[in-house]
Amino acid sequence: MSDPLLAVSDLVVDFQTRAGNARVLDHITLSVNEGEILGIVGESGCGKSMTALSIMGLIPDPPGKITSGSIKLSGQELVGMGVDDLCKIRGKDIGMIFQEPMTSLNPVFTVGEQIAESVRLHEGVSAKAAQARAVDMLEAVEIPEAAARANAYPYQLSGGMRQRVMIAMALACRPRVLIADEPTTALDTTVQAQIFDLLQNLQDEMGTAIIMITHDMGAIAELADNVAVMYAGSIVEMGKVDNVLSHPDHTYTKGLIACVPHLSSSPGPVRERLMEIEGVVPALTDLGKGCAFAPRCNAVLPRCSSDKPVLLATQENHLAACWAAEAEMAE
Amino acid sequence: MSDQNIALTVKNLKVHFGGKKNIFGRKSNTVHAVDGVSFEVPAGTTFGIVGESGSGKSTTALAIMRLVHITHGEVTLRDTALSALEGETLRDARSRFQIVFQDPYSSLNPRKRAGALVREPLDLMNIGTPQEREAKVAELFRQVGLRPEQRVLFPHQFSGGQRQRLGLARALSTRPELIVCDEPVSALDVAIQAQILNLMGDLQKKLGLTYLFISHDLGVVQHICDTVAVMYLGQIVELADRVSLFTNPRHPYTRALLGAVPSVYGKKRDRRNRVRLQGDPPSPINLPKGCRFASRCPVAEQQCKEAPPMLETHSDGHKVACFLSGHELSQ
Ligand SMILES: Nc1ncnc2c1ncn2[C@@H]1O[C@H](COP(=O)(O)OP(=O)(O)O)[C@@H](O)[C@H]1O
Ligand SMILES: Nc1ncnc2c1ncn2[C@@H]1O[C@H](COP(=O)(O)OP(=O)(O)O)[C@@H](O)[C@H]1O
Ligand code: SF4
Ligand code: SF4
Ligand SMILES: [Mg+2]
Ligand SMILES: [Mg+2]
Repeated sequence: MSDPLLAVSDLVVDFQTRAGNARVLDHITLSVNEGEILGIVGESGCGKSMTALSIMGLIPDPPGKITSGSIKLSGQELVGMGVDDLCKIRGKDIGMIFQEPMTSLNPVFTVGEQIAESVRLHEGVSAKAAQARAVDMLEAVEIPEAAARANAYPYQLSGGMRQRVMIAMALACRPRVLIADEPTTALDTTVQAQIFDLLQNLQDEMGTAIIMITHDMGAIAELADNVAVMYAGSIVEMGKVDNVLSHPDHTYTKGLIACVPHLSSSPGPVRERLMEIEGVVPALTDLGKGCAFAPRCNAVLPRCSSDKPVLLATQENHLAACWAAEAEMAE
Repeated sequence: MSDQNIALTVKNLKVHFGGKKNIFGRKSNTVHAVDGVSFEVPAGTTFGIVGESGSGKSTTALAIMRLVHITHGEVTLRDTALSALEGETLRDARSRFQIVFQDPYSSLNPRKRAGALVREPLDLMNIGTPQEREAKVAELFRQVGLRPEQRVLFPHQFSGGQRQRLGLARALSTRPELIVCDEPVSALDVAIQAQILNLMGDLQKKLGLTYLFISHDLGVVQHICDTVAVMYLGQIVELADRVSLFTNPRHPYTRALLGAVPSVYGKKRDRRNRVRLQGDPPSPINLPKGCRFASRCPVAEQQCKEAPPMLETHSDGHKVACFLSGHELSQ
C-alpha cells in the first residue's frame, strides 16, 4: 500500500506549565487518505485542538513543543521543518477552519480581500486573478450574491456566512488536507447541516482529506468514515465509524454515547435517568501511571491503576486501549 | 386541568426593542424580539422552548423574570400578575421566581465565595436569621451535589459543571415556584451535561419544581420537557406535549429543525436525502406581512405570503400556526 496522504505517528507534545510538565499529546498515531473524513471526538481538554495545531505547525513554542514523533504529508516529514517551508505548506497543502471564524478573520479587511490575499500568498497569481478566485470560492461555498458579498466586512455577515467564508478561505488553494476544529459548534443545527452538506460536496469534488473535530457523536455518525476517540491526550479508541458507534469497546466511548439524550421520533419516558460519566477530565500535569480514565471508569480492573493500556486490535479495523476490553476479548 | 395547577401563565407577551419615533411620530427599526407569545405551565412540570438563535427565547425568559421591559401582555405566577408589579412589590416577589443562565461563570460574581453567592438571594430578600441562612446554604450545597466545605472557594476554583450546580443552588435558595433555565447545559461537555440534567430531574421530583427550560438542543428538550413550544422570529409556531411534538411534528419549521439534527443512529450520507432549511431567518425588524417562515418554507403557497397563519388548536390539543397543517382543527 502507498503512504497515506497524512500520517501522524507516535506524536508527543509537551507543555511546560507552572504545575509542571503537561503531556498534552501522548503517542498519537492516526492517518487520513484522500477523500476520507476522519472524525476526532472527546470532551474539552482531551487534546483535539492540539492534534490539529501540531499538524498545522502552530503549537506555541514555548511553552509547548513537539517532543517526538512524526507528521508526514505524502511521505514528506513536517516535524522539524523550517518555518518558511512550513508556512508554504500551511494554507496551501493543509487548510484549517476554526470554531469561531471571527477570531481568525481580520475585521478590517473585506472577506474578498482576505481570501484573495491567501491565494496570492500561496500561488503568486496577480491581484486581479486572486480577486476573481475569491469570488469563485464564495460561490463555491454557496454564498448568495457572492460578488457583492466579497466586499462585505466579517461583522456584516451572519455566523453561518462567516463560517462559509472561513471554508472558502481554507479551500481557496485547494489544500489536500482540511482540518475543521469544531466548525459548527457555535452555529444553529440548521446552519450546521448546511455547512456539513457543503463540506461533503466540496470533498466529493476536490477529493480533500478532512479531519473533523467535534464533540457531537451524531455529526461523526453522519459525516465521518473513521473516528478517533481522545481522552487526556491519548487516542483511546479508533476505527470505522459504524463499528465504533454500534460496538464501542472502550468504557469511555460507551459512556460518551450513552450519556447523550439522543433525539428520537419515538421518545422514551420523560427524564429517564441518563447514564453518567462521573467526575471530570483530569489535569494533564498529574496523570498517574495507569489508565487516565480509571478514576471515572465503572469497569475498572486491578491492573488499570498501574499499567497504561495500549491500543490493541479488538475487532477488524478497530483499536481500543482498555484492559477491560482486552479481557473481554480473551474470554 | 384546574387553574390552580397552573404555575405560570403568559398571555400575548410582546417585547419590542428600539424603535425611535421618526418625525411623523411613527416608530422605525423596531426589533420584534417577542411578538405575541402565550402559553401555560402546569405546576411541577417542565415547559421547553426551542428555536434557532434570535428567535426570542432568551427575551421571553428575561421578560418573565422582569429583567427586560414588557411591551405588551401579561405574565402571571399563580395568582400574581408579575407583569403589573413594580418597585418594592416586584422585589418582594422575586424570591418566587429565579433564573439559571447558560454560562454560570459570567453570571457569578468572581470575587465572592461560593457560599456567599448562594446565600446572596436570602440576604437580599431578608429570609431567615443569619444562622438559619448559613445552615440553609450548607443544605443547598448538599442538594446540588457539592460539599458544604466548598462554600469557601471562589467560582474559578470550580469546574464548569460545578459552577452550574452553584447556579442551581443559588436559584433554589429562596424556594422559588418557578425556575427559568436559559440554555443551562449548552456550554457543558456531554458527560457533565448528563450529570446536570439528572440533577435537575431529581430536584424537580423531590421539590416539585416548575421549570421553564430553554435550549436549542432538541435531544435535551425531548429528554427533559413535558411540553414543548417551537419559536420562530418572536412567535410560537407549534406547541404540544413532548410525545405528540416529536412523534408527529406538524409545522414545516419544526420538521426542518428535527431533520437538521444529526443522529448517532444515522449513517454516512443519510443526510443527503433530507430537506434542508436554506439561509438564515429574516430580520426581526422588517417582518413579512404573511407567514414569517414563508421565505424558507419548502411548501409555502401564495396565501402564506398574504396573511399570517394563527396558532390554532387541533382536536388533540396540538397547536400549530400553519395554513397547511390545519386538517383536524377543533371548532
Ligand atoms: N498554553 C497552554 N499551556 C499549557 N497547557 C495547555 C495550553 N494550551 C492548552 N493546554 C492544555 O492542553 C490540553 C489539550 O487541549 P486542547 O487540545 O485544546 O483540547 P480540546 O481541543 O480537546 O478541547 C488541555 O488539557 C489544555 O489545558
Ligand atoms: N437589548 C436588545 N436590543 C435590541 N435587540 C435585541 C435585544 N435583545 C435581543 N434582541 C434581539 O431580539 C431577537 C431575539 O433575541 P433572543 O431573545 O436573544 O433570541 P434567542 O435567545 O432565541 O437566541 C434577536 O434578533 C436579538 O438580536
Ligand atoms: S483500562 Fe481499565 S480504567 Fe481504563 S477504561 Fe479500561 S477498564 Fe476502565
Ligand atoms: S403557513 Fe405557509 S409558509 Fe408558513 S409554514 Fe405553513 S406552509 Fe409554510
Ligand atoms: Mg478544542
Ligand atoms: Mg438565547
